[in-house]
Amino acid sequence: MKELLVGKLTWDSLPHEWTTIGGTFTIILTGIILSVVLTRTKRWKWLWKEWLTSVDPKKIGIMYFIAGGVMLLRGGLDALMIWLQQALSSGDSQGYLSAQHFQEIFTAHGNIMVFFVAMAFIFGLINYIVPLQIGARDLASPLMNTLGFWLFIGGIIMVNMFFVFGGEYAATGWLAVAPLSGKEFSPGVGVDYWIWSLMISGVGTTLGAINFIMTILKMRAPGMTLFKMPLFTWGSLCSMMMAVTVFPLLTATLFLVYFDRALGTHFFTTIGGGDPMMYTNLIWMWGHPEVYVLILPAFGVFSEVVSTFSRKSIASYKSAVFGMIGVSAFALSVWLHHFFTMGAGADVNAFFGVMTMVIAIPTSVLVFNWIATMYKGRIRFETPMLWFLGFVAVFAIGGISGVMLAVPPINFQMHNSLFLVAHFHSTVIGGVLFGVFCALSYWFPKFTGFRLNERLGRYAFWCWIVGFCMSFIPMYVLGFMGASRRLNHYDSSTGWQPLFILMLIGGIVIAVGVALQLAQILASFIQKKRLLDTTGGDPWDGRSLEWSTPSPPPFYNFVTIPKITSSDAYWEMKKQILPKRSYEDIHMPKSTGVGIYISIFATLASFAFVWDIIWLIVVSLIAIIVIFVIRGFSEDSEYIIPAHEVQRLEEARIAKAPIATNAHENNSSEEDMGLRELIMVVYRFVMDIIKNKRWKKW
Amino acid sequence: MVEQAISHHEAEANDRVMFGFWIYLMTDLLMFAVLFAVYAVLHRNTVGGESGHELFSLPLALSGTLLLLTSSFTVGIAMIAARRGNKTQTLLWFGVTFALGLAFLCLELWEFSTLIGEGQTMQTNAFLSSFFVLLGTHGLHIIFGLLWMGITMGYIIKRGLNSNMLRKLAMLSLFWHFLDIVWIFIFTIVYLGAFV
Amino acid sequence: MAVNRKNRLKPGWIGLLVLTGLVDLGLLIAYLIQGKNIALFNPKGVIAHEQFSLMMFVSAVLFAVAIPVIFILFFTAWKYRESNTKAKHVPDSRHSKLFVLSLWLFPTAIMLVLASVMWPATHRLAPQKSIDSSVKPITIQVITLRWKWLFLYPEQGIATVNFVQIPVNTPVKFEMTADETPMSSFWIPNLGGQLYAMTSHVNRLNLMADTTGDYPGSTPEINGAGFAGMKFTARVSSDKDFKQWVQTVGQSESNLDTATYGELLLPSQNNKVALYSAFDDSLYDNVIMKYNGSMEGHGHHE
Repeated sequence: MKELLVGKLTWDSLPHEWTTIGGTFTIILTGIILSVVLTRTKRWKWLWKEWLTSVDPKKIGIMYFIAGGVMLLRGGLDALMIWLQQALSSGDSQGYLSAQHFQEIFTAHGNIMVFFVAMAFIFGLINYIVPLQIGARDLASPLMNTLGFWLFIGGIIMVNMFFVFGGEYAATGWLAVAPLSGKEFSPGVGVDYWIWSLMISGVGTTLGAINFIMTILKMRAPGMTLFKMPLFTWGSLCSMMMAVTVFPLLTATLFLVYFDRALGTHFFTTIGGGDPMMYTNLIWMWGHPEVYVLILPAFGVFSEVVSTFSRKSIASYKSAVFGMIGVSAFALSVWLHHFFTMGAGADVNAFFGVMTMVIAIPTSVLVFNWIATMYKGRIRFETPMLWFLGFVAVFAIGGISGVMLAVPPINFQMHNSLFLVAHFHSTVIGGVLFGVFCALSYWFPKFTGFRLNERLGRYAFWCWIVGFCMSFIPMYVLGFMGASRRLNHYDSSTGWQPLFILMLIGGIVIAVGVALQLAQILASFIQKKRLLDTTGGDPWDGRSLEWSTPSPPPFYNFVTIPKITSSDAYWEMKKQILPKRSYEDIHMPKSTGVGIYISIFATLASFAFVWDIIWLIVVSLIAIIVIFVIRGFSEDSEYIIPAHEVQRLEEARIAKAPIATNAHENNSSEEDMGLRELIMVVYRFVMDIIKNKRWKKW
Repeated sequence: MVEQAISHHEAEANDRVMFGFWIYLMTDLLMFAVLFAVYAVLHRNTVGGESGHELFSLPLALSGTLLLLTSSFTVGIAMIAARRGNKTQTLLWFGVTFALGLAFLCLELWEFSTLIGEGQTMQTNAFLSSFFVLLGTHGLHIIFGLLWMGITMGYIIKRGLNSNMLRKLAMLSLFWHFLDIVWIFIFTIVYLGAFV
Repeated sequence: MAVNRKNRLKPGWIGLLVLTGLVDLGLLIAYLIQGKNIALFNPKGVIAHEQFSLMMFVSAVLFAVAIPVIFILFFTAWKYRESNTKAKHVPDSRHSKLFVLSLWLFPTAIMLVLASVMWPATHRLAPQKSIDSSVKPITIQVITLRWKWLFLYPEQGIATVNFVQIPVNTPVKFEMTADETPMSSFWIPNLGGQLYAMTSHVNRLNLMADTTGDYPGSTPEINGAGFAGMKFTARVSSDKDFKQWVQTVGQSESNLDTATYGELLLPSQNNKVALYSAFDDSLYDNVIMKYNGSMEGHGHHE
């Protein structure tokens, strides 16, 4: 009877080990604090109406950034725990984590960083910027947008759910190779949480990818042919084409793993005719294109930043485009290079080795293109450009190590070693993460109307570079010394410990860098007035369409959709005298809670699948279908802003906008707020609250 | 004629939605592609048990194929009727399609229960796992399709045929044709393949 | 939106600082790893030697290209910085077709060079390929268990756990499989590359050591909680010492009978070295058949 009601849940499933209780407390505490603040400031309704049910891609983009940022901290904490364990557990010491727990931590670290940080930031950027760049007001399907976001949140909930129920996550590595992830070798619920968190967020990603492709291909402003699109949009298009192709593969594979575990099928089992090697093939057919899904938008960002900050159009637009298309096309043909050592014959290995090298060609073309763009430009070195230079240095190391790994005989000595780990962190941190930081500092003025504190941004940048070198150069060396990845303990005779300690110090420096980035955001908000963008939305003298809108853009993006005549559309527009503004009716989609409702039931269904709670599975799936049907047949999803209302809104906005003064006046007398100043401001603020007992007012 | 007075805005939206639906169908096809690949790799792994040659009934599979093919034909007629604005004919032909789809489903369920009754379940070996999951996934899609069809017919009765409804019907018929095409692949690769 | 840069370091100085820092880091690391086994640079076997040469060649080519390119990039960034009013500024250049062509041809050429080296090397260094030698090869069967290594010497009739001894300058054929263990990887970095050991499959790895000594072996592929402790020692000795050792083990009291093997099958971590004087001839084949019966037409990788 009890099993019918709560499936496999028992009292033992509640957290009772010190290792997970910390996480449990943090989640509960955060929830309580947020609820209290929202209740006191009476903002529940505002939150629901303005943000949670919004279909405005700008708002959804910001929410993706916040979620990704929080998960960055969570994944970074995992990283610190890994560094600490490996620095301690040499010889007689076993460190402070059990092998099982350590293995769960690096698995969670990988999943969170790839799915819930990198994908989050990328989706946030595409959501916010692409419609602005192509002259659209919204994505093709606002409903799919909000649904995709909330399914992603469902994935975040599921990947953290073990803190509340179950106490264990997968201990198999981030891709849960078979047969280790099968029922025989991983009997607990950890792998089930892995399956379902990736399942729902994977569906969300697929929906998002379909949406972005529809938008880019069907909603560009008149005159913007494909070869006049900005390069960030191109990068996003290539990325989403790959995503839409390979995420269904992941979904199918996850189902098969689930069936093996829950229904006793024999897809990847060692007995009964199953074939674990097939899992390896399937999961990497998804896994490799996935990393290119992450990097291509970053390449797009860098192309735009280099061009804007060099005050020069990109050297060869067509090469940049074909470079990105080339990368995405070939990304689908290299997956075997992740398991050269599984025993395929020399012909197969050599073929995939060659294909992997082929990808280096379009990537190099992109780099040469950037150099040629800077040549005879007039370069400014604000923070976005710094991140670009950092990317070049770090990603180059990643690329070199990647080509080395692509040679099968060399791969045999480096597979699953720390050399491999250093390689992919160089490319993912140097490429994707630095690309995200570059994009965020580049477009921050567009999101908020004021720019970021440059000084703290520079400090953060250098902390990241120094920390990265201190942490990952020793890792390459450890790879040469024959150190494998994922080790929770090693002999002292190997001599690896000093390098692990060096890596831990590097990790702490990176943590300081992250703290400085948070400080940077805080300082920017504090000095908002001083950092205000008075140029009317174009602080960097930009070249693409998003800079023609005010900062932040109104919810309808453009008053009238512009007509495009060339690439670098806004640059051309700035050279001409614009026609007089005319107002017309604007169709906008209505906010909807459908995304949230469906995701709640999807998350409940996932939870029920993990714990075998059959009735909850059935009820949730039926609820999802019912909501879909009701929404599918509703005819009331849009509203119209009449032209005179648009005019009124515009005039009100212009009246409130900061007066465009001489841009140089503002900042020439002093530098942005430094760290000491910031600490003083925060200290005085806190003291003020305590002294004047302001907390009594709340 | 239903397609007369739609605004430019609506026509653009229709075009967009259809395009998006095509992309979704391709993702669904990719999921099936994985299941086909898995079947191709695993169908000989019977652990000494019986293979498809011994277990499948070609007449049964052929009957199912004919039912689905016919239902694709009838759904096509239904769409023609819908574009002409003929509510009765539309409902009639969607009803026929529904019946044919239901009959197909019953045949498949009957085949499954026979196999399971003989002790040939998805837990028996890898061949049967991949067989049941491939056909089961297709069957699940058919169930969704029938559900969608039934609800749509209800809405047609309630609201009649307008341009919005036409777009939804287009997607439904596209989905139904897609399922038929996937079945052709299943019939060829799974059933015919077992007897070659 | 100009930002005051009065108090900041000039880019030239920053570059110098960065280089100094990197050099310092490199020196520190070099100091810390003195006298340790930097396995990939310390080849003690024929295969490892070739892999090392290949690594050197490939990285030489890559660095030869990458370092100048990176340098040019940073130099370009520095030369055309805003404050350098002497540099020419051309806001909207359209580049010639020749430029675009060379943009693509240059990386293609580099990759062609690398690929032309890589293709034959992959065939030459395929793990399944027997090693050319006048000396008769010995075969060692490897069964990966949770979480230890079982080595069977079919020609010598002895078996060991977590220890393998081989004669120098003799080709060794390792035939590996697994029993009740997820995928593992067999790796002796000083002697050559790794290869996966999986249930119901036999993967063949050919190695030949050319220097006597003790070398560490492990599994880089995670296979459960005890994975970090799944290590073994590979001892390379002279042929005479090897024959001596085989004799000694042949006289050991322990016997790898069914009961003992059953105990080994149970999960255990950090196992000590064990030596067995005899084992059932059909053990290895039985282990494969246990799973091989599940797959018709599977079993051996050529």
